[in-house]
Amino acid sequence: MKKLINSPEQVVPDALRGMAAAHPDLRVDHENRVVLRASGAVEGKVGLVSGGGSGHEPMHGGFVGHGMLDAACAGEVFTSPTPDQMQAATLAVSGGAGVLHIVKNYTGDVMNFEMAAELAAAEGDVEVRSVVVDDDVAVQDSLYTAGRRGVGATVLLEKIVGAAAEERRDLAACEELAKKVNGNARSMGMALTSCVVPAAGVPTFELGDDEFELGIGIHGEPGRERRRLGPLREVAEQLVEPVLQDLPAADGAPVVAFVNSMGGTPLIELYGLYAEVAAICEKAGVSIARSLVGPYITSLEMAGASVTLLRADDDLLSLWDAPVSTPGLRWGM
Amino acid sequence: MADADQASLAALTDWLRRFAAAVARDERHLTDLDAKIGDADHGSNLRRGTAAVVEALDADPPGDVGAAFKQAGMTLVKTVGGASGPLYGTFMLRFGTTAGAVDALDATALGTALRAGYDGVVARGKAEPGDKTMVDVLEPCLTVFDEAVAGGAGAAAAARAAADAAPERRDATAPLLARKGRASYLGERSVGHVDPGSASTTLLLESLADALAGP
Repeated sequence: MKKLINSPEQVVPDALRGMAAAHPDLRVDHENRVVLRASGAVEGKVGLVSGGGSGHEPMHGGFVGHGMLDAACAGEVFTSPTPDQMQAATLAVSGGAGVLHIVKNYTGDVMNFEMAAELAAAEGDVEVRSVVVDDDVAVQDSLYTAGRRGVGATVLLEKIVGAAAEERRDLAACEELAKKVNGNARSMGMALTSCVVPAAGVPTFELGDDEFELGIGIHGEPGRERRRLGPLREVAEQLVEPVLQDLPAADGAPVVAFVNSMGGTPLIELYGLYAEVAAICEKAGVSIARSLVGPYITSLEMAGASVTLLRADDDLLSLWDAPVSTPGLRWGM
Repeated sequence: MADADQASLAALTDWLRRFAAAVARDERHLTDLDAKIGDADHGSNLRRGTAAVVEALDADPPGDVGAAFKQAGMTLVKTVGGASGPLYGTFMLRFGTTAGAVDALDATALGTALRAGYDGVVARGKAEPGDKTMVDVLEPCLTVFDEAVAGGAGAAAAARAAADAAPERRDATAPLLARKGRASYLGERSVGHVDPGSASTTLLLESLADALAGP
């Protein structure tokens, strides 16, 4: 394993020290491993708390700031954070209007956020609600699994609900909006290589030169199946078609198209993929209203990409366009 | 030294220490199992948490069984993360709450506390036997424990019987199709690999038997 690290134990604390040093708009609670807005809790605004395992940068710490999250809890690499971290984050961002937890549907994340909500309820003074993101169409037969995973839609949801909270929509409205975004977003991912989890030190899986994993999550875990790697056009079809098939039907509604790098795939390949995605959507009569291309929800240094489509309406698009100022997403201000 | 019919506070904290040592010894193996069907961190996460449990025992020696396991449970919940943190943490918390502020458990009380821990795991993780999880070892082995106690065994003998039954149950998770946790996303590809949670649970039961067997 060759990595720019001091030691596997120091990967997360070192990254948090760097984030604090690089971004004066952020404050880092190192003891609890929570990234916060330096400006503190906003009176009368719903606090948005997310978090998950580290290794998906810039998500979630890089999405803390005006127009997006109020706090992000950093777990170990690919390991969900713990309830006491979430509790600390929840109390720190509470501005009196309640706190919304944004949770990706992974067993560990769901259980730890559940315990955090129980702790918050026991203490009693902050109203906490939560939304579970589960947009991954690779997970079939979700009755017999832990359900669909939360992947790319998390980024779009944090941006859109972040803008709504900034407009001072109340907790119930933010929760409902978050569920609406999740219900209208679908994703599919693929990998060309495994990543190396620092604590493990070896690739999680091996892939032949002519193979790729289809239907991966964001934790270096293998996908549902291994396929022979063809030209980009064919890979794009294998990603977009299941997404389009599963996307809730709404006549003529435009979509937000999000093409994401898993960390190791460069923009030149990602734009190539976006071109194919755009062509497939056009052929299918789906108009793309907004786009996002880049590494936003990664899986360490894994080579690969995911495609997320979000069926939008005017409200979602105007919230998408609202100003945002975070290390990972910044526009309009 | 040890009274074979009773599980003393000293023996039960020795259980926690032996479990930490066993996890540290098998860290790489647990992580390798997890790499096959999960995300390659079960060994490192559990080692971090169980090492913190031992540190807490040294720093703040608990005065009774309930306090010891509540401390261990909260330490695991706060240090492990992932799914194993809440699952092992809830097991220890429920064990401690059920054991209460006592300095020893007889075989029946130990069985009751173990069963309460198991019920906590099921409530938290919502897994059933056959889902390819730690429940596939815990459930049948606690039944073996209870049967041994019903047959007149003391705490140490019942724990040994439960531990002896564990490896076979662990290996029996290999052909199962995972329906809970991260391995469930692999579908058919989860078949053929031992569940890492069932492997660490085997260590938990073996550590208990070793601790109650005395030095």
